[in-house]
Amino acid sequence: MAAEHTAKAFDSDLQELTRLVAEMGGLAERMIVDAVAALIRRDVALGRRVVETDAEIDSLQRAIEERAVLTIARRQPMAIDLREIIGAMRVATDLERIGDLAKNMGKRVSALESDFQPLKLIRGLEHMTDLVQSQVKSVLDAYAAHDLPAAMNVWKGDEEVDAICTSLFRELLTYMMEDPRNISFCIHLMFCAKNIERIGDHATNIAETVFYMIEGQQILDKRPKGDMTTFATTVPGS
Amino acid sequence: MNDVTAAASVPPSRSPLPMATHAASYMEPPAKVTAHGLNFYYNDHHALKNINLTLGTNRVTAFIGPSGCGKSTLLRTFNRMYDLYPGQRATGQLMLDQTNILDPKLDLNLLRARVGMVFQKPTPFPMTIYENIAFGIRLYEKISRSEMDGRVEKALRSGALWNEVKDKLNASGLSLSGGQQQRLCIARTVAVRPEVILFDEPCSALDPISTAKIEELIQELAENYTIAIVTHNMQQAARVSDKTAFMYLGELIEFDDTNKIFTAPNDRRTQDYITGRFG
Repeated sequence: MAAEHTAKAFDSDLQELTRLVAEMGGLAERMIVDAVAALIRRDVALGRRVVETDAEIDSLQRAIEERAVLTIARRQPMAIDLREIIGAMRVATDLERIGDLAKNMGKRVSALESDFQPLKLIRGLEHMTDLVQSQVKSVLDAYAAHDLPAAMNVWKGDEEVDAICTSLFRELLTYMMEDPRNISFCIHLMFCAKNIERIGDHATNIAETVFYMIEGQQILDKRPKGDMTTFATTVPGS
Repeated sequence: MNDVTAAASVPPSRSPLPMATHAASYMEPPAKVTAHGLNFYYNDHHALKNINLTLGTNRVTAFIGPSGCGKSTLLRTFNRMYDLYPGQRATGQLMLDQTNILDPKLDLNLLRARVGMVFQKPTPFPMTIYENIAFGIRLYEKISRSEMDGRVEKALRSGALWNEVKDKLNASGLSLSGGQQQRLCIARTVAVRPEVILFDEPCSALDPISTAKIEELIQELAENYTIAIVTHNMQQAARVSDKTAFMYLGELIEFDDTNKIFTAPNDRRTQDYITGRFG
């Protein structure tokens, strides 16, 4: 990090922003884990708690935006400080979306009435969640530590998540074709898988923000993509 | 089909990624003033050290840096203002188009007609508004009264002052407000049709409204003149200039597109200065 500002209050403004983002990130991480645990255990109460936590995330995002706007108005930040503040706002937006996606999974828990619970599917979902959660954790650490290599690892590490999502989609399709009574359940799981995959995308967005904060430029390179869900069919050639 | 295998590999280290280039979209203009290995001395004090830079034609170049960094000194070399003081000398090369500014045989009056200057404090002459403008023109040209009227009006219009003073051209220049006086000085500078206009902290004695008017004026003037401005107000530099030069201890530390300097400067010292982390 750069040296201290002549105006010390500016440093505390920036530190407070970073602290709020860290708090928001911690909440978002917990929401992801809880939402998937609630799904797997059919824990409706836990699902409801996830839904309620989203309000906290939303209010943190508002707090971050207000503080960022105030800091810009007060300090007219330049260069690294400006990028730091814009970065905090962008990360907060991604975390807010992550919260929404977790909340959406929490809502679906009560809709999963059937006892049908294919173990392989659940394992796939768990594995994907582990990966995405560690992506979110790593990128938030990279954000806090201004660690560009770590952020870039997250940025290029998203394709495994995409690949699992694709294979889950294929499998869900086969279950739905097997027995139409599975369709409702499978559709819900499909949305959950997509939500987790989207959370992974937000982690890569945050990685791009870290890149911008450190380098002062946007990444132009195309990110490696493993999402082949558009090709997830069970009947070859169709 | 499988674009996973074609995935771009991203090295974990800094920089070798393809990145967005900064908005250098406009064409680089031809050089108006070029400094090459320029040094300046106040007696024994080495105030400017090996300055190399170019003022682009009809562009605004801002000079920023802490007090005593040499930015005003550099501005004062562009029209040899320092010649008024003994013991001050410049070495190296400083060109205005094909003219060597440092040539001892150069006609300084002619140079200062080509390179006008506006100072920190408004300096209207103790005469009428009309005469403030006409005075400078008469030094260089002999023209009829009606022609002079036209020139005075045109200059006051370029100074964005005409509408405010057209009914009181015979009032004293000193009767105007600070902001108006400064615009009068700009009009006076423009009246002799210079090629380059130097602004040495032109807004530091003005209120925000007058400052905004001068800033707008500077941008309008840049359509016809090459402009160099020294300012302590970083936001002002960011607003009005195309290029920004950061100077420190008599050296030119960084000189780049203004957009680049204020969002992602290359040099640590530039960054520390513009973000308020100096010393």
